[in-house]
Amino acid sequence: MKLQEYTESKYNFEECMKCTICTAYCPVLQVNPLYPGPKQAGPDGERLRLKDPFFFNYALKYCLNCKRCEVACPSGVKVADLIQSARIRYDHSKPKLRDRILASTDFMGSLARPFAPMVNGVTKMGVTKAVLDGTMKIDKNRTFPKYSGRSFEAWLKRQAPAQAAFPEQVAYYHGCYVNYNYPQLGKDLVKVLNALGVGVQLLDKEKCCGIAMITNGMSQQATRHARHNVAVIGAAAAKGLKVVTTSSTCTLTLRDEYPGLLGVENQVVRDSLLMATRFIYEKLEKGAQLRFRPDFHKRIAYHTPCHLEKLGWGIFSEKLLRMIPGVEFTMLDSNCCGIAGTYGFKKENYAASQAIGAPLFEQIRNVNPDVVACDCETCKWQIEMSTQYPVANPISILAEALE
Amino acid sequence: MDKNEYDVIIVGGGITGAGTQRDCAMRGLRTLLIERSDIATGATGRNHGLLHSGARYAVNDPESAEECIRENRILRSIAAHCIDETDGLFITLPEDDLAYQKTFVEACRKAGIDAEIIDPDLARRLEPAVNPDLIGAVRVPDGGVDPFRLCAANMLDAKLHGGQVRLHTEVTGFIRHGDTVVGVRTRNLTTGVAEDFYAPVIVNAGGIWGHGIAELAGVHVGMYPAKGALLVFAHRVNNMVINRCRKPANADILVPGDTVCIIGTTSTRIPFEECDTVAVTPEEVTLLITEGAKMAPVLSSTRILRAYAGVRPLVSADDDPTGRNISRGIVCLDHETRDGLKGLITITGGKLMTYRLMAEIATDAVCRKLHIDKACETATTPLPGSEERSYEAVARKIWEAPSMAQKAAAARMGTSAARIQTGDHLDEALICECEEVSVGEVNDAIERLDATTLTDLRRRTRIGMGTCQGEFCACRAAGLLAKASGCVERERNGIADFMQERWKGNFPIGWGDTLREAEYTQWVYKHVLGL
Repeated sequence: MKLQEYTESKYNFEECMKCTICTAYCPVLQVNPLYPGPKQAGPDGERLRLKDPFFFNYALKYCLNCKRCEVACPSGVKVADLIQSARIRYDHSKPKLRDRILASTDFMGSLARPFAPMVNGVTKMGVTKAVLDGTMKIDKNRTFPKYSGRSFEAWLKRQAPAQAAFPEQVAYYHGCYVNYNYPQLGKDLVKVLNALGVGVQLLDKEKCCGIAMITNGMSQQATRHARHNVAVIGAAAAKGLKVVTTSSTCTLTLRDEYPGLLGVENQVVRDSLLMATRFIYEKLEKGAQLRFRPDFHKRIAYHTPCHLEKLGWGIFSEKLLRMIPGVEFTMLDSNCCGIAGTYGFKKENYAASQAIGAPLFEQIRNVNPDVVACDCETCKWQIEMSTQYPVANPISILAEALE
Repeated sequence: MDKNEYDVIIVGGGITGAGTQRDCAMRGLRTLLIERSDIATGATGRNHGLLHSGARYAVNDPESAEECIRENRILRSIAAHCIDETDGLFITLPEDDLAYQKTFVEACRKAGIDAEIIDPDLARRLEPAVNPDLIGAVRVPDGGVDPFRLCAANMLDAKLHGGQVRLHTEVTGFIRHGDTVVGVRTRNLTTGVAEDFYAPVIVNAGGIWGHGIAELAGVHVGMYPAKGALLVFAHRVNNMVINRCRKPANADILVPGDTVCIIGTTSTRIPFEECDTVAVTPEEVTLLITEGAKMAPVLSSTRILRAYAGVRPLVSADDDPTGRNISRGIVCLDHETRDGLKGLITITGGKLMTYRLMAEIATDAVCRKLHIDKACETATTPLPGSEERSYEAVARKIWEAPSMAQKAAAARMGTSAARIQTGDHLDEALICECEEVSVGEVNDAIERLDATTLTDLRRRTRIGMGTCQGEFCACRAAGLLAKASGCVERERNGIADFMQERWKGNFPIGWGDTLREAEYTQWVYKHVLGL
């Protein structure tokens, strides 16, 4: 190599020109003065941390990991990765019981599912919320996602022979939310894909993507999940299957956070892994047809989740929704909803979380749509709780509009 | 007594001058230090910032090696906040002679330096940036020393002992009564005001400029300016000093210093006329990168922040008029015995890290002249800021949950950081974002450390030393200077001077991200701020 032909640094931190655009785009900085901001917490702080981990600042925990700083950065600095990897490397405080519970979406889902009606009833009660608020510091204003009595996996297993009959096949990484909380989204995907002549298979026992573990100080567990998921997705990819997803955050985690933050190499599966919206859009582009109900009419406001913006794939959801006859489409302004997975559930973050989402909520109220469309489950909880408008995944809207 | 009368006047605000003033002041003398520019502007601030263990000199110059290790231990205890206790490696690469390692280690042990041969594997683990091809490694107690901080702390302590300091003041001539020097004529370079100062003893501590100062007094000191060029990389790639285990040569020391690391040096004899305008040549840059990459391969693709050069004040031994026998040891000349000129002492030669010993030698000479019998205490009395050994302890003592900037302040100021804990939120705002310097810290440097220009502030606080090279901090700090001086116009012009000085260091390595950033900085200052 020629000397100084190019320069490199971890997560490109040396490429930072201090333009401060990331700081202007950071949703947290605007509502929480305790947060040093992405430039400070990321490339600036990295130089000090390289000198001595002592310079690690615990205020980095206020980072949402929304990645908006990375989208904004004109120099290609992986600002959010710098911040999250610093937390992984230097924050040695043990995760609290609350954080463990919030992060273990998979485990909690399998515990709660058999007792779903009871669990849903209990978590709805004011007294439960007050207790959780007092003991666990989970904010009492939060609405908890409901658990489903039957898992999506159990449902799809029964459909397996019928699905296998389709000439084309995909594997579906459904994630915890579809499996334990809202199997309907998975069923909607199966309906849409079947309409395109595509059958849906499960992966060989997927695990939670682990994003909540990463952000809650449990990166070792997350790494174990990552290795497992890369293996099972790799097995599907080896059979020539595309692996589709319906959650933007799971997708970002599987594709980018595994190699970027956990050091789990996923190059062999990365190209096989994509959002179902992209898969469907590409099929339609190639000439596949979907037949829509003639009487379908909906005013839809679409919110692009931050992680989908990072993936650059919001365009596919938008295009699909605009394609449905009878849809009046409004693109909402790019604005973080503020929940960022488990972040907004924490009592200390609740106020900031709501303040971040406020402009989005206000715009939704002004647009007054029939439904808000969004590819992220936690955005859905946040928007439904904060605006009372129903939120649906674009896949569910597609399914509903099909003949 | 006339207000312009002192017991001793020290000319030169480098580390030798500041150290000598401290020592003199601690022995009860009324002292004045006069510096043409700012503290640490000469060789003091233009070197590696290496806290030598002495190992580098052990084979060829055992006397210097012994001095180094003694002072190394002393500085760790009296200047904790200026010292980075990193330890160092002397590595043998495949092209080096491994047999030299034995000679080297024996010489180190003879000089009292703990030199321990370690397995190359251990060296790779201790210092992941080291060239993995190394075939031998010796661990020695090298470290880092921040020359600016060290100089400022000495000056501050001298002031706390009643010393006075005149910066940006040039000595224009000596006042003589027959064969005795009794004072100096000076001119303040900022205000243009001329003033005379008197003292029975004057110490010439002008480094390479000491040659010219001596000439003003009509005596000759045989000095040989040797330029040394260095490169600053934009972040720390190594956490231990890395040296080559071979006969000392060009570009064979890589020192981690604060948030950066520095490779150097070269050695070129230059004429005296060039001492004020040394620049780094493209050949030197290439040499430094090439040699640096041999010690830490990652340097070949690490962003470079600046190039700079200093001038070593080498002195020829007095009995050798040819100048061939150049010593790097300490030289203290009593011009009364040497030249028949009473009242003048020259202290020169030596190294940054033997400054305290140089100061002790010079002060002993001053005291002899003044018939004062007081022992030197600088080896045991911590400098202001160094009362605690670790910055962790300092930060936690001052702040309950220190922020990154507060931790950085504790690392720079040591216990003096307590001074910037005012409870005022405005004081916590950042002036420099790269190095995390707050308003409080800059104001402290203006009020307590005699900083009157942006460049002065840089030496005391590290503003402008980070990757943005003044892009953000210069205008902010200029605002604080204007508030203190009451003159907006002067500080506005000061920004241009400061940015020009920053560009001087960027220019020799002006490519890649550093060029991109310099370009961006230019847009900000020219087009946004209209400068």
